[in-house]
Amino acid sequence: MQPSDFFSSSNVLIVAGKGGVGKTVTAAVVATAASRAGQSVLLVEVAGRSGAASLFGAEPKGYEESTVFEEAEIDGVRHGSITLKSITPDAALVEWLETHGFKRLVGRMATTGLLEVVATATPGIKDLLILGRIKAFEGAGTYDLIVIDAPAAGHAVGFLRSPAGVRDAAKTGVLHRQAAEVLEMISDPARCKVVLVTIPEETPVNEMIETSFAIEEDLGVHLGPAVVNSVLPELDDLDHDLATPAAEPDLDLTDSERTALATAADFRAGRLRLQREQLDRLGAALPLDQIRLPHQFGSSIGPDEIAELATVLTAAIEALPQEGDG
Amino acid sequence: MTGFAELLAESQVVICCGTGGVGKTTTSAATALAAATAGRRACVVTIDPAKRLADALGIGDLSNTPTVIDGPWDGTLAALMLDTESTFDEVVRRYAHDDAQADRILGNRFYKNISGTLSGTQDYMAVEKLSELSSSGEWDLIVVDTPPTRDALAFLEAPKLLTRLLDNPIYKVVTASNRGLIGVANRAAQGVLRQLARVVGAAVVDEAVAFFQAFQGMEDGFRDRAKSTLELLGDDRTSFVLVASPRSDTLDEARYFLDRIRAADLDASGVVVNRMLPGTGVDADRAAVIRAGLADTPGASAATALGDLAAAAADDEDRVTDLTERAPDAVLVRVPMLNDDVHDLDGLRRIADLLTADAQ
Repeated sequence: MQPSDFFSSSNVLIVAGKGGVGKTVTAAVVATAASRAGQSVLLVEVAGRSGAASLFGAEPKGYEESTVFEEAEIDGVRHGSITLKSITPDAALVEWLETHGFKRLVGRMATTGLLEVVATATPGIKDLLILGRIKAFEGAGTYDLIVIDAPAAGHAVGFLRSPAGVRDAAKTGVLHRQAAEVLEMISDPARCKVVLVTIPEETPVNEMIETSFAIEEDLGVHLGPAVVNSVLPELDDLDHDLATPAAEPDLDLTDSERTALATAADFRAGRLRLQREQLDRLGAALPLDQIRLPHQFGSSIGPDEIAELATVLTAAIEALPQEGDG
Repeated sequence: MTGFAELLAESQVVICCGTGGVGKTTTSAATALAAATAGRRACVVTIDPAKRLADALGIGDLSNTPTVIDGPWDGTLAALMLDTESTFDEVVRRYAHDDAQADRILGNRFYKNISGTLSGTQDYMAVEKLSELSSSGEWDLIVVDTPPTRDALAFLEAPKLLTRLLDNPIYKVVTASNRGLIGVANRAAQGVLRQLARVVGAAVVDEAVAFFQAFQGMEDGFRDRAKSTLELLGDDRTSFVLVASPRSDTLDEARYFLDRIRAADLDASGVVVNRMLPGTGVDADRAAVIRAGLADTPGASAATALGDLAAAAADDEDRVTDLTERAPDAVLVRVPMLNDDVHDLDGLRRIADLLTADAQ
């Protein structure tokens, strides 16, 4: 599949997964690969503390939109811009009230703690209004693609369930309409898809399987390919016997180093075996294309690693089968 | 403090904090098992454990009373899986003046929103359950596995969840109007209520008003309870243990966590870092030399494995050192990466042994 087709097949990609599976990294990698495919990208963080800026070698800019990569032509290929934006639940609620004729109310609500009562009376309102902000960005058409770094899974299901919940709770009025419009966006695959992220370990794989059924079957939201992060590269001949001196004349391996080699080989073989089990299990349980991103051995992930992973992602997308009618 | 075993011996409550995906539930259960092995009566309060671990603990379903787990330990080991909604219902029944008041509250939709979906409720009920178990006198040590949360202090704020709503002007307006005391200020507040109805719908506001009215007379009970619970959390024999893994993103969260805990004038007494890579005894530089030297030989893969492992283990160690500098007084325990998730008591015993092994 052409990366440009892949990234233009939906206006919004919601990247979701359990804590600790590298969701923010994946969102940054998706944004980078889309930029290389010529798309201008808005990367939205909704979890609060922003972690994406440092992945692009930029300073976090708080809640303002900040462009971390300007549109450019590199080696004859047009790269789209990448802009970051952080949305917090409280800010989304206040902003929405202000733009819907409740400006005076907001001032009072903030000082009297009424916001809390509103949020309690209408569960999901904050999540809904974050999605409402995203819908506004989508409607404005300023960006070709909007990538969302979603709340952790579990939370992600609640996040995506919020429009239906609020629509049913608030039977009429502006909030009801807002919920219905957001619901329309998230259930249309041409406008919105969810990309689930996991790592090849037991609990995260279970979580991904459960979450994907909840999202697709219960919520009617469409899923893109499943991203498996942190996949260790396979190594052949890990069982090679190093006890006998062989072709390592200049190394002067000590006995303890030979032991260490054997230990490391065993450890790696064990990890690879478990990883294969989990990848197979995931493939058997989920009829989704898998995109595998390699484990990063470096001490921390920064712009170089994101760029490298984006190259892997692009290649993986090219290897995906062409979608029927898209 | 010398080690984790001493930390446990001196604690009556251990609160395991940390982000999701770091093995917090397993660490909590193993901590309780370690205490039972030391002859104490220990109970672990788990929140949403992985199914196989829950089954191993005999708590496959939500339960509100501890299930005792038989095993070869001198003390007692018990576990429960927190049922947030029933725990909240119990609390309401405890403070209600009569069944009629309790029923009015339990049937109210605003209440159901609080007990079922409000973020913070899980933390609140975990603290509530802790408080109840603690005052029962049946346990020498209670270990609480906290809900995965981004905000380190959600747990400490939890007991105030309801009293904060009760301090709300809406509550005062509603209860005052019930007594027919609508003053000028209240009329202004009622205007706010009407506007609110335009935002969220009249039915929603009516339910909220009905909830606050039904709650009248119970607020003191809840306030006292919140106060005594906060005292328990601040007690010298209550220990906060931070559970982390050496991955850079989870350690960033852990650092943030420690800073927040310290800002609240509390200390993390222990830091458990799970999933540490095994040491090889070969440093990263030498491993890289070996890797280059064995390239294109039959031992190349083993050398790659050693090079990767030694470099990654060194990075992990650097990050853990950086973390512990933020909590210099905390007991640090490194738990090696295991090849499988823990889902049986043998696995838990192995972790319990690792936790309480001599100072590292």
